[in-house]
Amino acid sequence: MLRYVLRQTTVMGLSLLVASALIFSVVELVPGDPASFMLGTGAQPETLAALRQQMGLDQPLPLRYAGWLGAMLHGDFGTSFTYKTPIGGMILDRLQVSLPLAVLALCLAVAIALPVGLYAAARRARAGGGLAMGATHVGIALPNFWLAMLLVLVFAVRLRWLPAGGFPGWSDPGAALKSLILPAVALALPQAAILARVLRSALIETMGQDYIRTARAKGLTEGQALRRHGLRNALIPVLTILGMQFSFLLAGAIIIENVFFLPGLGRMIFQAITQRDLIVVQSAVLVLVAAVIAVTFLVDLAYAAVDPRLRRG
Amino acid sequence: MRVGVVLGGALAGLALALAALSVVWTPHEVTQMAIADKLQPPSGAHWFGTDHFGRDILSMVMLGARTSMAVALVAVAIGMGLGVPLGLLAAARRGGWVDEIVMRGNDLIFAFPSLVIAILITVVAGPSALNAIVAIGIFNIPVFARVTRGAALPIWVLDYIRAARVAGKGAALISLHHVLPNIASLLIVQATIQFSLGILAEAGLSYVGLGAQPPTPSWGRMLAEAQTMIALAPHVAIIPGLCIVLTVLGLNLLGDGLRDALDPRLRVLR
Repeated sequence: MLRYVLRQTTVMGLSLLVASALIFSVVELVPGDPASFMLGTGAQPETLAALRQQMGLDQPLPLRYAGWLGAMLHGDFGTSFTYKTPIGGMILDRLQVSLPLAVLALCLAVAIALPVGLYAAARRARAGGGLAMGATHVGIALPNFWLAMLLVLVFAVRLRWLPAGGFPGWSDPGAALKSLILPAVALALPQAAILARVLRSALIETMGQDYIRTARAKGLTEGQALRRHGLRNALIPVLTILGMQFSFLLAGAIIIENVFFLPGLGRMIFQAITQRDLIVVQSAVLVLVAAVIAVTFLVDLAYAAVDPRLRRG
Repeated sequence: MRVGVVLGGALAGLALALAALSVVWTPHEVTQMAIADKLQPPSGAHWFGTDHFGRDILSMVMLGARTSMAVALVAVAIGMGLGVPLGLLAAARRGGWVDEIVMRGNDLIFAFPSLVIAILITVVAGPSALNAIVAIGIFNIPVFARVTRGAALPIWVLDYIRAARVAGKGAALISLHHVLPNIASLLIVQATIQFSLGILAEAGLSYVGLGAQPPTPSWGRMLAEAQTMIALAPHVAIIPGLCIVLTVLGLNLLGDGLRDALDPRLRVLR
């Protein structure tokens, strides 16, 4: 086990290093440096040079990379060129929207996928199961931003039950939660469709196992056996997908955050890209990637702790 | 499941046919504006109605199908062109450092938020259909590499591979002559899936203004333009969205059906 942990830790460290180098070089490729972008086209060359020096842009590339990485490791994420505020604080601010949104969407997705997946597995040979699978097919095909537009049309414009966009802040938790409902539903439905399908095939696979037959022999109905014994064993692939979906929801909500004008992490990165506030892009993307790598690492370790066969892998 | 394949094939075929037809003919000129006819509901003259410039939505949807499919198709080609050889290489050198690097590289790309990177790429290179293709294509590479490697590994231990080795064939030729034909069906299924995902991704990118640029119509941008008018003329937003859903649905059903047809073992489970 120790060897496995050491190996995975090395892999994680290397991945993070390569990821940081990749992000840094892609951002370096963006045409126009931030200094000339900030000063505009009419800037004096001397002013530009002074600003470049002040921002550290005149240093050689490897030195800047090392400086950035070192600062990140000390918890210093840099300062936004546009807002002149520490990026760490900005990320924390935005997480107050993105994190609850991702959690809400994930809970909704699970709440929808669990019954649908169970039902589709139990009725797999009958019309009901086929219908449920057909519904998941449609769910997967839905672009979430289009779904969002339709939800706005029905629940905000026509029925006026929920706000069409914006975020009032957490000082009024009720209103804040209300403004997250439509975005969360738009994010959750396509994810729920994927989850339900994974759950169904995992369940069908466990249904062929001996312990299910034993449970049936003890007198449990197929549905009971499925819920009490099948579900728990089918959860492993489902958890893997859930982990991936969570990171997707955290960062991938960019478009949904744009539809609903939510001040989330994705929208911050998107705006920073269009404003050429590259240090923000660099640090925020690395934080996201690091989060995904760390989650993957933890999931791997958890599996290995549970299932000794995986430690050899 | 048969119903699924037929329905899927019909939907995907219809989208493809409309895209192909738009090369030679559309009901109206898509650049032709007629402000007097703006935001008209579906009618005999305009089957899908008109948009805020009075342009014919059916014509725009047809051209949009072409944009979406072209972008997704080339993105799949990039993914297969690079991913499949990488996967074959990793399987041929399984357990070695080449395998390790390829697979770790894959994990790494998977860890990146794809949309963020796609947006970054389009900003680096400027928004255009071509850059959308590259941005989507890059994320297809690890998918194909992984599927190829996973499918090729069990084939490498089979007797006929050993026979080919004894006969003096190298790893490259074995991969090409014996492994690739045996995993081709799986790759076709994966290609269908990535194709449909590519259409969704293209729609997302052009929705935020980073895909095909005006005047080239694209489904995503039609939706973006319709967003402010959704209360006035819902059809402007509903029709392009339905096109995306039906095309993606068709491709997914087709992919599922193909998988069942090509791999009878999976059919038993269903």
